[in-house]
Amino acid sequence: MTNVVFEHVTKVYPGPMVAVDDLSLTVNDGEFLILVGPSGCGKSTALRMVAGLEKISAGTISVDGAVLNDIPPKDRDIAMVFQNYALYPHMTVEKNLGFALRQRKTPRDEIARRVQGMADLLGLEELLKRRPGQLSGGQRQRVAMGRALVREPQVFLLDEPLSNLDAKLRVQMRAELKKLHHRLGITTIYVTHDQVEAMTLGDRIAVLSAGRLQQIGAPQDVYDRPTNVFVAGFIGSPPMNLLRGSVAEGRVEAGDLVFEREGVRDGGVVVGVRPEGLRPVGESDAGPGFEVQVDVVEPLGDEVLVLGSVAARDAGVRIETEEATLLADAGTGDRAAVTVRLAPDVRPSPGSRLHLAVDPATAHLFDANTGEAIR
Amino acid sequence: MTGVKPDVRAEGAILAATDTAQLRGEIGMVERPRRAWLPFSPWHFLLMPVAIVMLVPLLWVVMTSLETLGQTQHFPPILWPGSFQWSNYPRAWSSVPFNRWFVNTTVVTTVIVASNLLLCSLAAYGFARIRFWGKNVAYFFLLATLMIPIQVVIIPTFLIVKQMHLINTLGALIVPNLANVFGIFLLTQFFRTLPIELEEAARIDGASRLKILFTIVLPLSLPALATLAVIQFLWTWNDFLWPLVTIYNESVFTLQLGLMSFQGSHVNDTNLLMAGNVMSMLPMLLLFIAAQRYFVRGIATQGLKG
Repeated sequence: MTNVVFEHVTKVYPGPMVAVDDLSLTVNDGEFLILVGPSGCGKSTALRMVAGLEKISAGTISVDGAVLNDIPPKDRDIAMVFQNYALYPHMTVEKNLGFALRQRKTPRDEIARRVQGMADLLGLEELLKRRPGQLSGGQRQRVAMGRALVREPQVFLLDEPLSNLDAKLRVQMRAELKKLHHRLGITTIYVTHDQVEAMTLGDRIAVLSAGRLQQIGAPQDVYDRPTNVFVAGFIGSPPMNLLRGSVAEGRVEAGDLVFEREGVRDGGVVVGVRPEGLRPVGESDAGPGFEVQVDVVEPLGDEVLVLGSVAARDAGVRIETEEATLLADAGTGDRAAVTVRLAPDVRPSPGSRLHLAVDPATAHLFDANTGEAIR
Repeated sequence: MTGVKPDVRAEGAILAATDTAQLRGEIGMVERPRRAWLPFSPWHFLLMPVAIVMLVPLLWVVMTSLETLGQTQHFPPILWPGSFQWSNYPRAWSSVPFNRWFVNTTVVTTVIVASNLLLCSLAAYGFARIRFWGKNVAYFFLLATLMIPIQVVIIPTFLIVKQMHLINTLGALIVPNLANVFGIFLLTQFFRTLPIELEEAARIDGASRLKILFTIVLPLSLPALATLAVIQFLWTWNDFLWPLVTIYNESVFTLQLGLMSFQGSHVNDTNLLMAGNVMSMLPMLLLFIAAQRYFVRGIATQGLKG
């Protein structure tokens, strides 16, 4: 049993700048937890606090009930993979893999055995005598993972390990990582800003913004039921369309989009519709929906993305993911930007108008003031 | 291999980069455009006369060392004696305790270079990586001492060394120079360019601070360490003023000090003096040939002459 528990963890840098704000969550034994959020949201800081590379300003982090706060990194039995791999350039792959074991005074034949085992597991046998400079990006990545895993740590930390790889290799390494975790079952915390990695790799994902935990849950749950407008805008690619609107007597109105929703208090709301939740229909369709002015059409082979705008009584809502501000409105006047995901055989031309139907059951509602989901 | 010389900027990149294999690639890529009409850069037309002007005194030294005493006093100076007095060299070597001085100088230089590499590394690592109270102020004052010329501190230093009862021993030459600020500065700046993640990775892997310094940081800092070693060697080997102040017994002389004995108040054995000079220069000349690029880098780092 190895679980990692964050209890009211806060990190304040001199300035003061609050990087992590009252973070509480539990990583279960053998779980693959993703910390995801825009850059500067505190996810790397949270990870580095687990590793012992950052001091914890307040709160505690414990592994199996033992508080880690004052334990130096080397005594934590935690391994970490860095974004730029941080392989020791002057050592061969073999020496890199064995470095941690040598520091722990492991007998030499034991080191050799474990390095060999790790090389077999990760397909590094041919590379043992080479130096990091002579390896490709993918190979370095594997060596970095091997170096971390070779001492069989209790907790495995990864800080954006795939971000330096090209797109194709990233997909491949993603699958390898998943297989590896399945096989070893080590409790893993993985930091990324890439929500595709978050969705595909994690048993659960924790979405962070401005140092605060926004939502934690299984990837599909977070996708289907975002707790607030930030998560709605951050998880999903392309992101959810968000429109300002209002509710009066169970009638939701956002620009041209009008539908009924029972049990919602009157007032300002943000209506969220996923790009795939929009269905092209004829002009005569009487159901809830809106008309999109098509600006850009992006055929991706298996689907077509349409970027355009719709009429909106208020300004549209764009979530500034980089700044993580809730309800930042960057809409232009009475038009709001939308993205639509269509089947590959539908190809509207730029400048044309497209009638889209919205299934009211799939539309998300958020409080316009707090950004919280209205359920 | 004309035209494949790394230029000074490439040297800078070398100083900053840590990935040796990548470096090798980069050096290979700094290829100058080929000139069909000249096998070398046109700058050489300017550099060659300057080099000749610089080399004439050296040539004069070598030639004087091969002349008879009479020829050395001739005016205008003879730059090409008809016959070479090779015997000046053994004479210079045996007429004074040259052996002893050579050993003295070697001992002093070796100890100082070694201790500078060690002590400056330790201090520089602290300044580069460890957070402690008053660090920036301490670093500032340390650097400020670089501006103080040796003549200003020579008397206080002499008094300290005297209290340590080291006057007229090799210790007087060694102790005040065990570490120097330039070395701390050079290494601090270099250590700061190394990726911090390497050290963090090593910390997680279980290495202590000292272990990190010796197994990660120093092996990656070989270019900077070589630069420091070479410059320190040069300074120590050539030092004249400080030995002159602290040493009065011939058996403790360094080479530079000993050479002075050819220049007495009554006789001037200029030819022997020059022969001794040439012999004392040889180790440095060899070092220079072997480590030319570290000299250049050291001077570039200092921003002043070496």
